[in-house]
Amino acid sequence: MSSSSNGRTASGGNGRRPDRLRDYSAWRLFRQGLSNDEWPRAWHHHDLRSSYDVVIIGGGVHGLATAYYLAANHGIRNVAVLDKAYIGSGGSGRNTAILRSNYLTPEGVRFYDRSVTLYEHLAADLNFNVMFSQRGHLTLAHNDSSLRTMRWRAEVNKVQKVDSEVIGPDKVSELVPYLDTSAQTRYPILGALYHPPGGIIRHDAVVWGYARAADAHGVHIHQKTEVLGIDVDGGRVSGVRTNRGSISAPIVVNCTAGWSTLISDMAGVDMPVQTFPLQAAVTEPVKPFLDTVVVSGTLHVYCSQTDRGELVFGASVDPFASYSIRGSLEFTEGVAGHVLELMPALSKMRLLRQWAGLCDMTPDYSPIMGPTPVEGFYVDVGWGTYGFKAGPVSGEAMAENIATGRVPEIIAPFGLDRFADGRLVGEKGAAAVGH
Amino acid sequence: MMLLPCPWCGPRNVTEFRYGGRAVERPDPGTTSPERWRRYLHLQKNPLGWDTENWYHSAGCRRYFAVQRHTGTNEVRAGEAST
Ligand SMILES: Cc1cc2nc3c(=O)[nH]c(=O)nc-3n(C[C@H](O)[C@H](O)[C@H](O)COP(=O)(O)OP(=O)(O)OC[C@H]3O[C@@H](n4cnc5c(N)ncnc54)[C@H](O)[C@@H]3O)c2cc1C
Ligand SMILES: [Zn+2]
Repeated sequence: MSSSSNGRTASGGNGRRPDRLRDYSAWRLFRQGLSNDEWPRAWHHHDLRSSYDVVIIGGGVHGLATAYYLAANHGIRNVAVLDKAYIGSGGSGRNTAILRSNYLTPEGVRFYDRSVTLYEHLAADLNFNVMFSQRGHLTLAHNDSSLRTMRWRAEVNKVQKVDSEVIGPDKVSELVPYLDTSAQTRYPILGALYHPPGGIIRHDAVVWGYARAADAHGVHIHQKTEVLGIDVDGGRVSGVRTNRGSISAPIVVNCTAGWSTLISDMAGVDMPVQTFPLQAAVTEPVKPFLDTVVVSGTLHVYCSQTDRGELVFGASVDPFASYSIRGSLEFTEGVAGHVLELMPALSKMRLLRQWAGLCDMTPDYSPIMGPTPVEGFYVDVGWGTYGFKAGPVSGEAMAENIATGRVPEIIAPFGLDRFADGRLVGEKGAAAVGH
Repeated sequence: MMLLPCPWCGPRNVTEFRYGGRAVERPDPGTTSPERWRRYLHLQKNPLGWDTENWYHSAGCRRYFAVQRHTGTNEVRAGEAST
């Protein structure tokens, strides 16, 4: 289990919950089943107000979690979340839903571990089943150098009280009998970093759960509302212009991941971010046979089996920067070939579909969070290929930053200023393939 | 399949090439200021639209050239040989 001893409640929140959050229950399910009535809407449509206390751009897990914690932990409810399409249409509805905290740097491990703790309590917190399945996470080592990085990671993890250890090929094949652990393969498995609390979650449910909870607290969620410009007066943000009209606001938060440089450009803030597509694919469903998440950095693939029985495959980002989310045959061929090197028994499985999402990559594979040189304009970006797991902790910390005006310690290492000071947080060794 | 127009070899599948990033001027590390070097290293634009970039024909003639590409659609226009 991950640690949760920083004084606050494990789950966040200050205890007061709106009645509407409690209205999903076994009794309610039974009654709806008999009555055939429609379920009430989980979140509502509102007219755009001419001003809000906080405007959050981007209705993915980061924007919605920030809105939720602003309302639930700090009582700041006059908040709007704007999305140009629908909530979850960005990376939050396209990721492969892997959660873990076995990173490489102490600041990274601490940060992601807080998120795993929040995720462990999220279903109860939001009264919404997010199906977090802590089935364990394996990162395979095929050569000495990756084994060395894994030992390093395991030690850093243990110091932070994160359950993480290097295991040998025997234990690997016990956990995943279908893996080819023989010495005859081109990339033999020498060992693995095993992280029992890691796992997968239902990503859409997380988005919907936060949206419903934020809405219940009075937050306005505006879909099909595209930000076209940001107003800055004398170094201070004063509002945003959208396709539905202008909004004045003293605080604007950029939570737009793959599109985040376009938004920061509107406020005149430069960011060290390049946008790359990341693809994933899913097979037809089969009976459960793969309990853990399996990642191979050397082969550039990872694989997990969903509760429905489908296998989900992923890889590293596409080889060139782009805002296009078209899939490619090269990706499918690469993934299929590499998965078969790991698990030859899958050769008869059929791929059902593939898709892509946009990733906002930073030079050190770590996020950029907190204030910017434009007063009132905050960023929560640079989520690259690994940001879904960080939604809860980012939302909690960004909300605290906005409410108190102080950067919480847990996100202090991830400020935009680190690129000027040369304090990069190198996580490439733990985040390039395993997201 | 996405084709890139190599000025020496003609149109070839993008998998034959290596992406060289945006075509920007590299300041001389010996004489530039730390601030300019930092901007060159980290703060490059990430535009949505037409942009000029360098590509390397690694599985072909092994030469660099510039290409204009629309980063939203990946449509390309022939560029010129880089030196
Ligand atoms: C294939 C794939 C697999 C991944 N796997 C994992 C994984 O296993 N684990 C993990 O932790 N992470 C993973 N990620 C990364 C993760 O999906 C992202 O880091 C995360 O979802 C980012 O969330 P977000 O809320 O910041 O942004 P998003 O969910 O991308 O939301 C941004 C929103 O901003 C909106 N927007 C953009 N421009 C505007 C505008 N002008 N006006 C209004 N709204 C705008 C968009 O419509 C979008 O909904 C994966 C990503 C992909 C693509
Ligand atoms: Zn050529």
